[in-house]
Amino acid sequence: MPLVNIRNLTRIFDVSKPWLNRVIERRPKALLTAVSDVSFEIEEKTVYALVGESGSGKSTIGKMLVGLLPPSEGAVEIRDIDLARETDAAKIDSIRSDIQMIFQDPYASLNPRWRVRDIIAEPVAARGDDTKGLAEKLLEQVGLAARDAGKFPHEFSGGQRQRICIARALASEPKLIVCDEPTSALDVSVQAQVLNLMSDLKDEFGLTYLFISHDLTVVQHMADRIGVLYLGRLVEEADPDTLFDAPKHPYTQMLLAAAPKLDGFGREIAPPTGEIPDPINPPPGCAYNPRCPLAQDICRTKRPELRTVGNARVACHMVD
Amino acid sequence: MTTPTLSIRDLTVDIPTRHGVLRPVNGVSYDIAPGEILGVVGESGAGKSMAGNAVIGLLNPPAHIASGEIHLNGTRIDHLKGDAMRRLRGKDIGMVFQDPLTSLNPLLKIGDQLTETMLAHLDISAQDARKRAIAALEEVGIPGAAQRVDSYPHEFSGGMRQRVVIALALCAEPSLIIADEPTTALDVSVQAQIIALLKKLCRERGTAVMLITHDMGVIAEAADRVAVMYAGQLAELGPVREVLAAPVHPYTDGLMGSTPLASRGKDRLHQIPGAMPRLDALPTGCAFHPRCPRAQDDCTQDPGPRIADGAGRAACFHPITREAVA
Repeated sequence: MPLVNIRNLTRIFDVSKPWLNRVIERRPKALLTAVSDVSFEIEEKTVYALVGESGSGKSTIGKMLVGLLPPSEGAVEIRDIDLARETDAAKIDSIRSDIQMIFQDPYASLNPRWRVRDIIAEPVAARGDDTKGLAEKLLEQVGLAARDAGKFPHEFSGGQRQRICIARALASEPKLIVCDEPTSALDVSVQAQVLNLMSDLKDEFGLTYLFISHDLTVVQHMADRIGVLYLGRLVEEADPDTLFDAPKHPYTQMLLAAAPKLDGFGREIAPPTGEIPDPINPPPGCAYNPRCPLAQDICRTKRPELRTVGNARVACHMVD
Repeated sequence: MTTPTLSIRDLTVDIPTRHGVLRPVNGVSYDIAPGEILGVVGESGAGKSMAGNAVIGLLNPPAHIASGEIHLNGTRIDHLKGDAMRRLRGKDIGMVFQDPLTSLNPLLKIGDQLTETMLAHLDISAQDARKRAIAALEEVGIPGAAQRVDSYPHEFSGGMRQRVVIALALCAEPSLIIADEPTTALDVSVQAQIIALLKKLCRERGTAVMLITHDMGVIAEAADRVAVMYAGQLAELGPVREVLAAPVHPYTDGLMGSTPLASRGKDRLHQIPGAMPRLDALPTGCAFHPRCPRAQDDCTQDPGPRIADGAGRAACFHPITREAVA
């Protein structure tokens, strides 16, 4: 049984102007579909990565998974419990403490007025449990010193702060950690340290990660399964080897070709054309059709379903 | 040999503080030839942006050039002040910053921003300036340039805005462009477009480009030569193919090893232990020695050889030798 089961997840944001402006300017409501009918499963003790460019809805899915945002439609089920609909408080609590989150910016996600000890112990203290010695133990597990517990966040570098964020996420002994761009704000050598730490902790504590990133090389390194998002839709899902060796969706192919390669000296590629369309008025049919070299009439009218092709799942009319 | 567009010799930038003098750029020397893209890489705090700002005279006081020389097309420019520097900036040196939204004035139409630059630096009429503004927008690939010239910055997407910024940097036909993390705020597909554009302009116009970035992949694809900086000093300088494929400085080697690569699969990433030292606590000797796997006793005392003094590609006593590597 998968740990996380996401079914037909949709999130719509109302980005309309205020009511009076709409009446005067005779404009309809503006609805932004950030996530549109996304379904996938995360097996226990694996790393599922979501990749996509800005505006693809990857962070919105992460927020819905931890319960920071309610879904507009569809459901997030963790161990068969749907947080948005469950009414039994005991069940909700048990699931809540199983999920933690690591954010992108370690400078913004630590309270500058709290000591590291209080920051790390808070998820446990909030439940009223004993936190004696907890922060010191966790600090050592993430590669910092126990005496750092008395310091404030400003005394640490970016990479050390991200370690503190990881220690905090581990405090409540979670099963699932949602990592939203955990290394994007870090330098390459520090990123390597943090990624190695995350891999070690995963093995040690049997963790499951939802790893959200725009960096294809990081995703390839970390993930057991990768979902590619475009304009809020899951366009392709596969294991890293399949995805990087033989991408099937034209968008995935474009993304992989456009990513800078370390050995791509003087590489001349035809740069991709166009940009991500406006999510308030997405193109009809397949969202990628205005940029797609393979687009046919059917792509402009009918939205492709995600279907299984070999080891992958692809949402494209033209792939067989 | 032709005169390099930009020549930096022994550049040192100092920031006097109450607790002593910090030295974010320490004895850096490099040249950029016409039509060449020099990639400057390093992690945050390595001094790569500070060196770029020194060239264009945008150091924030109390930071100042303590010693060294900067020559642009054979003319010394590091001692220029006030008006003389202002005439140079925009005219001979164009600048592209990381965030395209904050480098454009949100209250002015982009056409007005382009013509303002041209009228300030070139002896042309307002009508000509407008024509050239439209031509510049067409050159950087903005569709419908004749209409878009009267749009405001917020009406453009991030990638289009960066194109406008590049047009702005190019409109006075400078001989050097300093691009400081020009693609860091952009998505992968847009980044590929901007890199292709920079390369095309560089090739067609013979403009020299200093491409400052932390992204090794961008360097590999765009740059002709690469300068690797660490703690204010030049660690390695050479053709991009050689430096990235077979680094000789242990820091460059560590940096390449830390980058997740397809070929390495799911093995652990190579880690450089520790972090870059703070400028107020630089170790004696070679700044990299506390983290260096090849460090020996002489590294802890002597700052090591410098590339400008003929040390070859790497500023290191014990560079990695690669006879075996073809």
